[in-house]
Parts: sequence; structure tokens; C-alpha cells
Amino acid sequence: MEAFTTLTGLVAVLDRVNVDTDQIIPKQYLKTIHRTGLKEGLFADWRHRPDGSLDPLFFMNQTRYQGATILLTGDNFGCGSSREHAPWALLDYGIRSLLAPSFADIFFSNCFQNGILPVRLQAHEIQQLFDAVHAQEGYRLMIDLPSQKVKTPEGTSFHFDIDPFRKTGLIQGLDAIDLTLQREPAIAAYEARRKQEVPWLFQDL
Amino acid sequence: MSAKTMFEKIWDAHVVDEEPDGTALLYIDRHLVHEVTSPQAFEGLKQTGRKPRRPTAVLAVPDHNVPTTDRRVGIPDPMSHRQIQMLEENCAGFSIQMFGMNDIRQGIVHVIGPEQGLTLPGMTIVCGDSHTSTHGAFGALAFGIGTSEVEHVLATQCLVQKRPKTMEILVEGTLSEHCSAKDMILAIIGEIGTSGGTGYVMEYTGSAIRALSMEGRMTLCNMSIEGGARAGMIAPDEITFSFIKGRPLAPKGTLLDQALAAWAELGTDPEVQFDKAVHLQAEDIAPQVTWGTNPGMVSRVDGTVPNPLSMPKGAVRQAAERALEYMGLRPGTPIEQIKIDRVFIGSCTNSRIEDLRVVASYLKGKKVAPWVHAMVVPGSGLVKKQAEEEGLDQVFRSAGMEWRESGCSMCLAMNADVLQPGERCASTSNRNFEGRQGKGGRTHLVSPAMAAAAAVAGHFVDIRHWA
Repeated sequence: MEAFTTLTGLVAVLDRVNVDTDQIIPKQYLKTIHRTGLKEGLFADWRHRPDGSLDPLFFMNQTRYQGATILLTGDNFGCGSSREHAPWALLDYGIRSLLAPSFADIFFSNCFQNGILPVRLQAHEIQQLFDAVHAQEGYRLMIDLPSQKVKTPEGTSFHFDIDPFRKTGLIQGLDAIDLTLQREPAIAAYEARRKQEVPWLFQDL
Repeated sequence: MSAKTMFEKIWDAHVVDEEPDGTALLYIDRHLVHEVTSPQAFEGLKQTGRKPRRPTAVLAVPDHNVPTTDRRVGIPDPMSHRQIQMLEENCAGFSIQMFGMNDIRQGIVHVIGPEQGLTLPGMTIVCGDSHTSTHGAFGALAFGIGTSEVEHVLATQCLVQKRPKTMEILVEGTLSEHCSAKDMILAIIGEIGTSGGTGYVMEYTGSAIRALSMEGRMTLCNMSIEGGARAGMIAPDEITFSFIKGRPLAPKGTLLDQALAAWAELGTDPEVQFDKAVHLQAEDIAPQVTWGTNPGMVSRVDGTVPNPLSMPKGAVRQAAERALEYMGLRPGTPIEQIKIDRVFIGSCTNSRIEDLRVVASYLKGKKVAPWVHAMVVPGSGLVKKQAEEEGLDQVFRSAGMEWRESGCSMCLAMNADVLQPGERCASTSNRNFEGRQGKGGRTHLVSPAMAAAAAVAGHFVDIRHWA
């Protein structure tokens, strides 16, 4: 996983609430057996109009948002299915950070597994950023994970919260499975104790 | 010892190790695997030379991609075929038990876990699928995970998790006749919204919950995720224990006695405080129908399609306007006047034997409206067999419904079962997102009883006044 420390990048906007993972990547793209190449499916049903032509109003089809690495969006982004194809598709398209007032739990946790930083800001801060992006083409933000700040070109900065464990994992680009494997003695001791206490949970399937 | 919720008891019993910030290394007792969210996890194991830590704690089944028509002809879609083949190869290679497509025990992963007696009170269960919350109906802590976490659990039998908060959903009273657990959960989501449970584990309590069958409890917990909660739970009781006893993977003999003694202690202590609480009265719940593009956009069947102009200005109103445009509905239209083209009875929400019995009871002696195409997809091969032994398939067939093989089918339309653009469907599934059942398809979530009645009438009807 690629580490995440600071990111300065172009901001794209998707001004909708409750964007579900079925929209982020529709099911016809879930038949893949790979983690890469999923940008083709990113917002496939919203990028295109019913007749198959590109929707010029959708952010991915607008010249001003080409090359965006930050996506600014609405409440409860990523709700619905647990499909990790959603963060894979965003990453494949180039998005490294998402800004929203809230995210759905499973999607939020999936982002951290892939070096994507989901940032929760206050609703009025998100609104302020929407206004700023709409007002100025080429609007860029600086996201500073070590100091937990989103910095605007005007010099404002917004603080965000993040669990220390997740923060360290992202900054160091650590392999989560490796970290857990290092705790093998604790896992083995837990199993040995639980086999005595709750043997029915250890029957072989 | 301080008072604890059931969730806290199970969580605490599964903490292997804890970080200073409260992030826990949580032990996972059972891991369910299906074909869509697992290939990349197995690939990761192969690339790093890792092996599953406890392959005998894992059960796999193909369900999302399987055809619901005659399976002797194989899977026509080459991509679907390859994904299922990958699951077979990975399970064989890593010594994981799999119920194959032609095994009678095959079915939707969240139907077969409980059916086999794999799902037990007090355990942690995960699956790369958000509807894993279903298993919480047994007093288990069960939640959906992403593919990286699937790989993590395979390699370590553990997960790194932040402790969620607790939320009580108290439903007192008696559900009126013709209303079910599905109406209850839709009403709850209508009340709290699709992100009301974000960051929480829900526990459903109260007399109306205790009165539910295991099937009803599974329907309720299944849709916890549609309210934003990764997990929903119900304290185990005699209804739970009698469901579990005698199932193939359930404990037996002295092991069962030991387990029953432990399960009796599992419930939330009486004096406990939840972080958040919501109270509903069962008598207030009417049959529900969703009108929009998320499960929180829901109305009573005797209501009307809402007017976005009556909603607060901003994102909520915009979302409602967009939803009505997508759904092709006009504000003020009585729900009962909404005409349908398709009916889907199935999914991990409502495809169990009790659901099928309810559908049959409303269909008996009636015919599906001539313009409606209806299908019934049982949750597992064993549900199908049971339904056929009870003659339910005959009721469906003579009413003009298709009787299919088990799988996820048109809940998410990854196989050949898809809505055409503009088609309107009464569905017993769990998500009415744009395009969920097919691009341009319009989904209305309802209970099995409401779906059966809508199939016959050709539009939604208030089953409380329907003969």
C-alpha cells in the first residue's frame, strides 16, 4: 500500500448525499478477479446518459476536473455494499483523498486498506469548500495528515480527527496483515484459552 | 462488574490485544466467503506465500453470480463462470469447505449459515458482504468487511477494529396482522435515516422483537446496514435455541448443554445505558413501500408519494427530487395507485421458508396480473426442497409465478436476472438504489406479503383491507 503523508491536488466535486457503492461501481464491474483496472467502472451509470453518451455535467466529463486527486462530496458517502471495488475504482482513477461530512462505516474502513484518506469535516466547512471550488477553476487543496489539517489556498485550515492507529498505518504505508502476524503469540494464547472456555466455537466446519 | 450490553460482552470476549487508542485486535470465530469479494483476497495470500490460519473456520459458497435457471447447462456468462471457478480452485487449494453450485446445501451465504447451524450466539462472524449483519439475529456479532479484511481474516483469524458505539432500537407492543419484520425495519430506517446507525451496533429489544420468529429476526438484522449500522443484534432466547438445536453444524450433547448455559448469560444487563436509543410502537407500523432510491425513502402503503417542496431546502430536497425523477413518480400519487411490471421474491432479506409460506398464503387461488412478470427465488437448495415438499411451488406456479433455483438473483442482478430500463418492480430485497436491479430499473422494497398482493393486483395494495 502506498503511504500517505501530504497531498496537494485538484479538487473535483460530487454534490450529492448518500452516494452508494452501487453508484461508485455498478455490479457489472464486480466480476473481475483483479484489484486494478477498475476506473472503467467508476460511476459508470452516472457518467453516461441513458442513450450511452457521456453526461457533460458529470464531474468526470468536465475538463476542469481532469487530473483531480481529491473528491469533495456529501453526507454518508459510500453507503450500501461492502465491495472494496469502490475504493479500488476511485484509486485507479487517481483519487487519493475524499472530503465529506460523513462516510459509511465499511467504505470508510476499506479506504484505509488502500492508502486513500477519507476526511470528515464539519458540514459548514464542506459547504464552504463546495462554494470555493465552484467559484474558482483549478481549485486545489493541501491535505496534511501528520498535522491533521486541510489547507486552502486562501490560508484557511480545517482540522480533522483520525484514529492514531489508522493515521500511523497510512503515514508509514504499513502492511496490516504483517502487523497482525507479529502478534501471533497473543493470538495463539487467546485461542488456547478460548478452546477451554467455549469449545463449541472451535468445532471444525 | 459493571453492566454491559450484549454487544460489549461479545466484543470484550473477542479482544486479543488492544492499542492505546482503543483499536482492538478482534478474534473472528467464523468466516463466510462468496465468489465476488474473495478472489483478490486469495490472490493476496498467494502473492505473499501466506496460508489461511484456520481453514476449518471458513465456509464458502457461490451465490451472487449463480444462474437461477437450469444449472445443468452451466453458467453462460464467461465472467461469472470464471469467478465461480476461481472460488472452487481457491477453496480446493487452501482446504476450505465449499458448497458447490449443484450441492443442495448451496444458497445465499446469509441463508445457509443459520440453516446449517454455523451461526451461533456469542460468536463473531464476518463475510465480505454487508448483509452479514443478518447473523446478529442469533445474538452473534456479525458484520460485513472489505476484501482486504477478508484476506486479513484468512491469514490471521483476526481483524483490527475500532470499537463501535451502541444503539438500542426498542419496539414494544404487537405488530398488526399483515405486518411483518420487513415493515418494522423499513419503518425504523424511515425514522432514523440511512446513516442514523453509522458508527453504531444496533440491538433490537422489546416485546415486538421477542415475538418475532428467527426468520423475522434475520430480516430485521439483515437490513441494519441500510440504517448505517454495520451490525444488528437480538438477544438469544428459547426461539433461538430451538432453531439451532439439531442443525448439522450446531453443537450437540454435552457441548450443547455447555453452550446453552453460556448463551443464557449473553443478553444485555438490565441496568445498562446505550449510547443512543430509539423507541417505536409496533401498533403504529403499517405495511411499508419505498418510493425513492434509498431504503430511508419509505412511506406507509396508505400514504402518498411525498412532495420534495415540503422538505427542507438543500441536499435532502435535491435527493428526493432526483429520486422521484429516477423513479418516474409524481408527488401526491397514492402509493396504492403505483402500477408495477415485475415482482421479485427472494434475497438474503426475505427468501426463507417462512417468507415463502407467507407469499403462498396470499396467492392461494389467485393469479398474477397479466402484465406482471413475477419470480420466486428461494434462499437455498434446502429451502427450495422444503417449499416443494409443502407444495408451495405448486401455488406459485399455478398463480403464474416462476419458481427458480437459489441465489442472490435480482437483488443485485449480477446474474441474468435483471430489470429492463424503466421497469417497475415490487421487491422483497434490501436495496432500492439506482440501477441496483438493472440499469434504469425502478425498485420498491416491500414485505413478502405486500409483494404477493401487488403481483395479483398489478399495483400496490393495502393488504390490511385486501381480500
